[in-house]
Amino acid sequence: MFYVTHNPYISEHSEKLLTSLILYLLDCRWSVHDDVILLWQDYVSDWTPEETVKRMQQGKVYSLEKFRSLQDKLLLLDEAVNAHDGNVITAVLIYLKKSLSKEILFRELITREIALRHYIHYLKEIGEQKLLLMQYRDHLNVRDENKRRDFLKNCLSFPFSPDDATHVQDHYTLLERQIIIEANDKQVESSGQADIFKKYPRKASILNMPIITTLYYSCFYHYGESDGTFSSPANIRKTFRISDKQFLLTCLGARAKLKAWFDVDALFTTKNWLGYTKKRSPIGFHRIVDILQKNNAPVQVLQDYVNLVEDVEQKISLAQKYKCHDVIINTYRDLKDRQQLIVYRGKVERSSSEYRKIEEILSNSVRLWGEVSPRYRSRICFPSSKLNLNH
Amino acid sequence: MSAHLSYGRVNLNILREAARKELREFLDKCAGSKAIVWDEYLTGPFGLIAQYSLLKEHEVEKMFTLKGGRLPAADVKNIIFFVRPRLELMDIIAENISEKNGRPPQMHSPRDFHILFVPRRSMLCEQRLKEQGVLGSFINIDEYILDLIPYDGDLLSMESEGAFRECYLESDQTSLYHTAKGLMTLQALYGTIPQIFGKGECARHVANMMLRMKREFAGSQTQILPVFDSLLLLDRNIDLLTPLATQLTYEGLIDEVYGITNGYAKLPPEKFAAQKKQGEVGKDLPTEPKKMQLNSAEELYAEIRDKNFNAIGAALSKKAKIISAAFEERHNAKTVGEIKQFVSQLPHMQAARSSLANHTSIAELIKDITTSEAFFDNLTVEQEFMTGVDTDKVNTYIEDCIAQKDPLIKILRLVCMQSVCNNGLKQKILDYYKREILQTYGYEHMLTLNNLEKTGLLKPQTSTRNNYPTIRKTLKLWMEDANEQNPNDISYVYSGYAPLSIRLTQVLARPGWRSIEEVLKMLPGPHFEERQQLPAGLHKKRQQGENRTTLVFFLGGVTYAEVAALRFLSQMEDGGTEYIIATTKLINGTSWIKSLMDRPEAP
Repeated sequence: MFYVTHNPYISEHSEKLLTSLILYLLDCRWSVHDDVILLWQDYVSDWTPEETVKRMQQGKVYSLEKFRSLQDKLLLLDEAVNAHDGNVITAVLIYLKKSLSKEILFRELITREIALRHYIHYLKEIGEQKLLLMQYRDHLNVRDENKRRDFLKNCLSFPFSPDDATHVQDHYTLLERQIIIEANDKQVESSGQADIFKKYPRKASILNMPIITTLYYSCFYHYGESDGTFSSPANIRKTFRISDKQFLLTCLGARAKLKAWFDVDALFTTKNWLGYTKKRSPIGFHRIVDILQKNNAPVQVLQDYVNLVEDVEQKISLAQKYKCHDVIINTYRDLKDRQQLIVYRGKVERSSSEYRKIEEILSNSVRLWGEVSPRYRSRICFPSSKLNLNH
Repeated sequence: MSAHLSYGRVNLNILREAARKELREFLDKCAGSKAIVWDEYLTGPFGLIAQYSLLKEHEVEKMFTLKGGRLPAADVKNIIFFVRPRLELMDIIAENISEKNGRPPQMHSPRDFHILFVPRRSMLCEQRLKEQGVLGSFINIDEYILDLIPYDGDLLSMESEGAFRECYLESDQTSLYHTAKGLMTLQALYGTIPQIFGKGECARHVANMMLRMKREFAGSQTQILPVFDSLLLLDRNIDLLTPLATQLTYEGLIDEVYGITNGYAKLPPEKFAAQKKQGEVGKDLPTEPKKMQLNSAEELYAEIRDKNFNAIGAALSKKAKIISAAFEERHNAKTVGEIKQFVSQLPHMQAARSSLANHTSIAELIKDITTSEAFFDNLTVEQEFMTGVDTDKVNTYIEDCIAQKDPLIKILRLVCMQSVCNNGLKQKILDYYKREILQTYGYEHMLTLNNLEKTGLLKPQTSTRNNYPTIRKTLKLWMEDANEQNPNDISYVYSGYAPLSIRLTQVLARPGWRSIEEVLKMLPGPHFEERQQLPAGLHKKRQQGENRTTLVFFLGGVTYAEVAALRFLSQMEDGGTEYIIATTKLINGTSWIKSLMDRPEAP
């Protein structure tokens, strides 16, 4: 046994001697006197994070255990990052992984990009990538949108399944674009340059809204922009691979809200090769009628679309619901249904043009249709309830 | 208050009394005047065990809710914290009693602090208090083991919200340990249960733990005649379909629409404005939701709670006639004796009439919803899936709902139902749904979708074939023309669909699970039977025609509709078995899916 006086300026040579001796003694299972251990601990406890990191870089003996509090641990980590030595950073991260909860460690790494990168790499090496997937959830805790965007960018390197990876990529891209659009629109709105913002001031920021909501916003405030700008509907549709159906429905909702009926028409109109226009839709026209009606479309507009509903029963019921007289009259006329025409005549005003129209059809019908009995009995019925919930 | 707990075959009042006794003992340990600082989450469950009157008997003068900052002023000798063992609550407690916040002027003599952990102490929490430097300030630190809380004469719940998520998503079996402990407490009060049946991984774990705990306490055998003949442990994940479907019993619908917590429902107040007396000017309508207690202590409720909603109208009008007739009796009362008798009945009749008025209002509220087109369309799609129609295509109703941005949980319930009934969705269809959902509701819901996949609720189709149609046929899960007014089968609770979990319970009693071995193998997890030794002389001698009593324990949650179905089985002629129901939590499709969502609370 020998004692070493506590001397912070102990020479490197002596230190090497000391540590080798202690290790040797421990190896021989000789008991190392408590005092020696205490002195060692004392010696070690004086090293600051900076000194510790330096020692690590120089391959000298070091001890991380003395960094107990969270604050000390983070100082150590920051010091390691400043030293730009990958091995040192990783060694510190290993210690932190052991001595900190997953949640706390990750919370701190969110804001330290370099350390985070090393951590991800380390986890991949030891096969614990799955840990990272759970951390994606933490993005919801990041309040500031720019920090959140950066966090999501980091998440891109996580080992998600190919599907999920696409979603995270989209999430990141979306937020990135939203930040740009938001900044721009806010500025335009406050400067009073654009009419649309004056007529329909924005009720909320576009940040962190889902993609469909963003598309709606774009169709509302940025309709018709070329697909070169981030805020144009065309660009959003392309970038996020939005289906035709979804795109159509969203545009329809926005333009209908603005009562831009010509735009609505344009959505469905296609020119065939002869140059004639024709209306087509990937979703049933009855759905379109509903949306238009919810946005208080005038009867003339509604009428056009009710007319396009293929199913006759549905067409009649919708026309009756929304009082599209012409549609009803024309449909019954096409079905050669005298009975219904007579019935309907009773429902319209005597002096109205509808009344006259029905009269005209009826008077011509005998000549045109003969005494043909109606082929078609209109039945308005809804699927019968499996449960009789009307008690 | 607790009379309804002793009506059933098993007197659950004993359990409640045991819990109250423990509470009393703890309160007495902290002698002198007291104030209780409550963890808000606990006030509900405790309300089922003890009311303020009991606390007052033990010198509780004030009650506060636990929150940050300094403690409110209270001139009492003891301050007791009733808390769950959660670290964040420890921080709040430390804040409350720490000297650092500055002592208020000495208005009172120094107080004693105590903590009661519910349901268990935690080393971690005590460590945290030590770190905060306040551990030494507490005189008594105890645990109050509140595992199984009696909700009604035949219903027990642990009200453990996270149980399903912990067991099936996070592989954390702590709640199973608590379940086993709760069952040991039950056996201590009601006798050893001679037979244990089970189906599922978690069921197996609980049974193993019970047997092990029994061995450890081998010395202290209770000499109580066993009340339960058997215990049936069921994993929630052997029947993922039932909680997803919309419940159609009266109580089930109240839970679906308004939510029932700790036996109370909060209802919109407009329909419950106090009856206007003659000449009284109409007061302003109340704006606070009306809180109604719902349990079998209310006669009318006990009669109608488990009926299919379609049968409620008839039941209520029948009751109205009976009550009217009873009130008319006053004309027949001629002698003083008869009049006296009539008057003595009045309070009961008036209570019945007000009960009828309340439930008529509730029924009207619910009817508005069940007769809506949205409800009907939703139900149609549910029933299509349950009968196996078009479960392998993208469903247009679901698409439309997403396009209209209907509440996300409604979408998730339907999509999961389709997946469960199809044993997983084709990759293309799953991807399509996922994309629509993420695009419409936000990418952050990716986490929820992952969770749903992990628990098997919404997953891609693997190569194994779809067993659901076979299970459905063998166990007769779909009964066409279910009679809603006078049911003859448990399928009435979903107007045609018999809950799989209850069907299994039914078959176990008669003719036994051996007859459905093949089907049982198609469901996840092992099935088993264990016997526990009873001390000599305690074997139950059952009389001729006497029913068996079975405790059915649902690990991961149970719905009110399933409870209704079990009650139906209990009262069936020649059923042979009466059921007591226990669970980790009373759930409905919405609360269940919500527990699997990954969305940290906004601060």
